Amino acid sequence: MPMSIAACLRYAAPQAFYSLAGRLLPWFAATAMLAGAAGLYMAFFVVPTDARQGEVFRIVFVHVPAAWMSIFIYVVMAFWAAVGLSLDTRLSFMIAHALAPTGAMFTFLALWTGAILGKPTWGAWWIWDARLTSELILLSLFLGSMALNAAIDDPRRADRACAVLALAGTLNLPLIYYSVPEIAGRMPLQGVFIMGAAFWMYSVALALARVRCVILEGEAA
Amino acid sequence: MNWASWSEFVAMGGQGAYVWGAFVVCAAALALEPCLLALRRRNILDYLRRAAGRS
Repeated sequence: MPMSIAACLRYAAPQAFYSLAGRLLPWFAATAMLAGAAGLYMAFFVVPTDARQGEVFRIVFVHVPAAWMSIFIYVVMAFWAAVGLSLDTRLSFMIAHALAPTGAMFTFLALWTGAILGKPTWGAWWIWDARLTSELILLSLFLGSMALNAAIDDPRRADRACAVLALAGTLNLPLIYYSVPEIAGRMPLQGVFIMGAAFWMYSVALALARVRCVILEGEAA
Repeated sequence: MNWASWSEFVAMGGQGAYVWGAFVVCAAALALEPCLLALRRRNILDYLRRAAGRS
């Protein structure tokens, strides 16, 4: 066992992780594309028209996975922020930074597709309920983390400030799943899971690619 | 199979604007992010190469 722990710790050095990330990246990207293609096929050709919502129902295939990813990426980002704060490992902060833009994108997509789903289903693009509002707060937390990182010149201070923000922001998370709408019960779970897997693998691939950029930018500074 | 023709597929039972408005924006965002990242990578590699050339 000590050998394998030593092997893992070897990658805690950003330079070693850089090459590991480069080797893993194509596999995650390929899996994401295959699962994405399967998910789209399910969404448009396998799942029949919904009796109540009609074709608009197909939007859950991107809406639900995007909403899952927005929360999941935030949890992972806060986890690496906590690891960074407690162990003071540079790579942990780098991973947290690398996750924020992808998290912001999925949060935006969850809000966007949610609005489009909401209009024909409930008659409103937007309502200020707890779940939607905290999803909007989630978007501002991701964007705020990116802005904070860009605004502070000293990278070590920027790391810590972003990590504290990320941890404070976890208070927002329980609010989001307060009220899962009733259509969730009629969700074609299998297809949505496949699309969820695609978005997950996509996020890993993008985060790995972005960590590599962050490591290179660390070299330049 | 849900669709008898291509135009039926595009129309999405009259809800095409909603369905494609969601899917196309998702596809565009998912495609844009890797492109922006590739650009970021190229910029930093260019910078590092120039810096290595100077020293």
